[in-house]
Amino acid sequence: MKILVPVKRVVDYNVKVRVKSDGSGVELANVKMSMNPFDEIAVEEALRLKEAGKATEVIAVSIGPAQASETLRTALAMGADRGILVKTDGVVEPLAVAKILKGVVGEEAPGLVILGKQAIDDDCNQTGQMLAALLGWPQATFASKVVVEDGGALVTREIDGGLQTLKLNGPAIVTTDLRLNEPRYASLPNIMKAKKKPIAEKTPADYGVDVAPRLEVLKTAEPAGRKAGVKVGSVAELVAKLKDEAGVI
Amino acid sequence: MAVLLIAEHDNSALNGVTAKALTAAAAMGSPVHVLVAGQNAKAVAEAAAKLSGVEKVLLADDTLYAHRLAEPLAALLVSLAPGYDAIVGPSTASAKNVLPRVAALLDVMQVSDIIKVVAPDTFERPIYAGNAIQTVKSNDAKKVVTVRTASFAATPEGGSAAIETVGAASDPALSTFVEESIAASDRPELTAAKIIVSGGRAVGSREKFAELIEPLADALGAAVGASRAAVDAGYAPNDWQVGQTGKVVAPELYVALGISGAIQHLAGMKDSKVIVAVNKDEEAPIFQVADYGLVGDINTVIPELKAEIAKVKG
Ligand SMILES: Cc1cc2nc3c(=O)[nH]c(=O)nc-3n(C[C@H](O)[C@H](O)[C@H](O)COP(=O)(O)OP(=O)(O)OC[C@H]3O[C@@H](n4cnc5c(N)ncnc54)[C@H](O)[C@@H]3O)c2cc1C
Ligand SMILES: Cc1cc2nc3c(=O)[nH]c(=O)nc-3n(C[C@H](O)[C@H](O)[C@H](O)COP(=O)(O)OP(=O)(O)OC[C@H]3O[C@@H](n4cnc5c(N)ncnc54)[C@H](O)[C@@H]3O)c2cc1C
Repeated sequence: MKILVPVKRVVDYNVKVRVKSDGSGVELANVKMSMNPFDEIAVEEALRLKEAGKATEVIAVSIGPAQASETLRTALAMGADRGILVKTDGVVEPLAVAKILKGVVGEEAPGLVILGKQAIDDDCNQTGQMLAALLGWPQATFASKVVVEDGGALVTREIDGGLQTLKLNGPAIVTTDLRLNEPRYASLPNIMKAKKKPIAEKTPADYGVDVAPRLEVLKTAEPAGRKAGVKVGSVAELVAKLKDEAGVI
Repeated sequence: MAVLLIAEHDNSALNGVTAKALTAAAAMGSPVHVLVAGQNAKAVAEAAAKLSGVEKVLLADDTLYAHRLAEPLAALLVSLAPGYDAIVGPSTASAKNVLPRVAALLDVMQVSDIIKVVAPDTFERPIYAGNAIQTVKSNDAKKVVTVRTASFAATPEGGSAAIETVGAASDPALSTFVEESIAASDRPELTAAKIIVSGGRAVGSREKFAELIEPLADALGAAVGASRAAVDAGYAPNDWQVGQTGKVVAPELYVALGISGAIQHLAGMKDSKVIVAVNKDEEAPIFQVADYGLVGDINTVIPELKAEIAKVKG
């Protein structure tokens, strides 16, 4: 069984992004970019399944600009076998990403696609579910445990109030939550080896997908800030303020 | 614009986030119909029918919907979609799971986690962990929208909508439910609580969480939250996590105890009305958003705080 892992290049989670003064978007020039943290978890899970003999090949795919190949190299350095870069410079919304991924799935015929539950830039939390819909496959989002067994997968999911376990029949879509695993760091020899692993280049047109956005961004603004508060000197002062000034207890 | 709102429930009670999402749905247009898909969920439908401004409640009562698995629920929503211009749900684990599936089947780009309805097709939504707010216009014929319920007031009761039974849609038979473990609790739910007491890595253990954080929460009638570090370390269950990738909350009072204030945590609580932070490091970023900050050790501050609260509450 092959496993396909879509990986997205996003602004590093440590960066505090700034809104451009003209409201046209956020400042992305010269900010550090990394692999979406949930996708690192997805790559790790795929590698563990391969190491456990449940999968034969791990293929990473990224949709984005030429620099997205760096994200693919990171996946290859972690241990993925090969990469596919679907090159496009503009904005690609989750629906278009899902359509492209459907095309990739058509070519590669994986038994499992593992995605992140959300990308930390747009926080959409859509792509995996959309891909599952387009393929007519079962889905298990927000996974905290994945067991691959005869012709399917047993997945435990983080839901409101607790955990839920589902059995998925046949090829399936899984999206990762934070506690699925702790991704490995790529070792130096593996980073060197990754340079020789193949990355195929494609375009959305190869899959017949129109990536024109459906959502029009009218404006991007700073969120309302909070006014600076005060430091209190004692617990008694704190409770008095909560009672008399803020009126919340 | 006819709007179909998905009710959040556990087959026995309507979850309060539904009334908040209803406020957003009603701002988009009317009539608003509420879909209750579940098993033996008549009481839920009756509760939804009482919400002001609901024109009709659709009750799809079938074993197929007992656990609201994405595949059959999406099939049901797609079968109902022709009658509506918009399909709306609260940003709960359940709706976040199913709605993108519906959107893709309808060839619509979903608008996730809206915090404001600007016009029936235009919404505000946070991006980059709430560090920027985007105004987006959907050019799709049908809208599929999830609502960040912390940003909307609940619609009060006062209606008496008719309840209409709808048959089950076809069963895609792609997945089966195996089991669920839901923690029972007498405390208010995180997304509905007026007060939240949250603990971070500094708490140190599951036992200390139960010994320090939970009694303080109970003294205040509060829900309990946690940082990701506390959840990852096993001090608190996963569904207590507040933040960009956990729950987004906006209570009247949020008390952060031994939490540093990473952007991912702030993303989940910085719209709270009043924020209190206790941290032994006076430089901790949490103090930049706290209305009241106390520099101190939680091990000594929390018991004092509990005693002082007991005093003023009499
Ligand atoms: C530099 C930049 C500028 C942008 N500007 C705009 C803009 O002006 N307007 C606008 O509407 N949107 C903009 N976007 C958003 C963007 O094009 C899509 O809306 C977004 O990539 C998809 O949402 P998401 O990643 O939050 O999806 P999610 O559904 O949250 O992603 C979930 C998972 O899907 C997979 N995935 C998602 N995208 C990809 C990908 N490209 N390649 C491989 N796997 C993927 C990953 O596994 C990911 O973890 C911009 C994005 C970037 C990076
Ligand atoms: C993809 C991604 C998603 C994430 N999502 C979330 C999310 O949803 N929610 C979330 O919370 N985090 C999230 N994080 C993690 C986040 O970046 C921080 O690591 C986390 O919030 C830190 O938790 P903390 O404040 O409890 O721990 P720390 O940062 O370790 O802070 C502990 C604090 O306690 C103080 N302290 C220590 N001892 C005491 C004492 N005795 N008395 C008083 N104070 C004391 C310290 O001064 C320190 O400020 C995410 C990270 C990533 C990469």
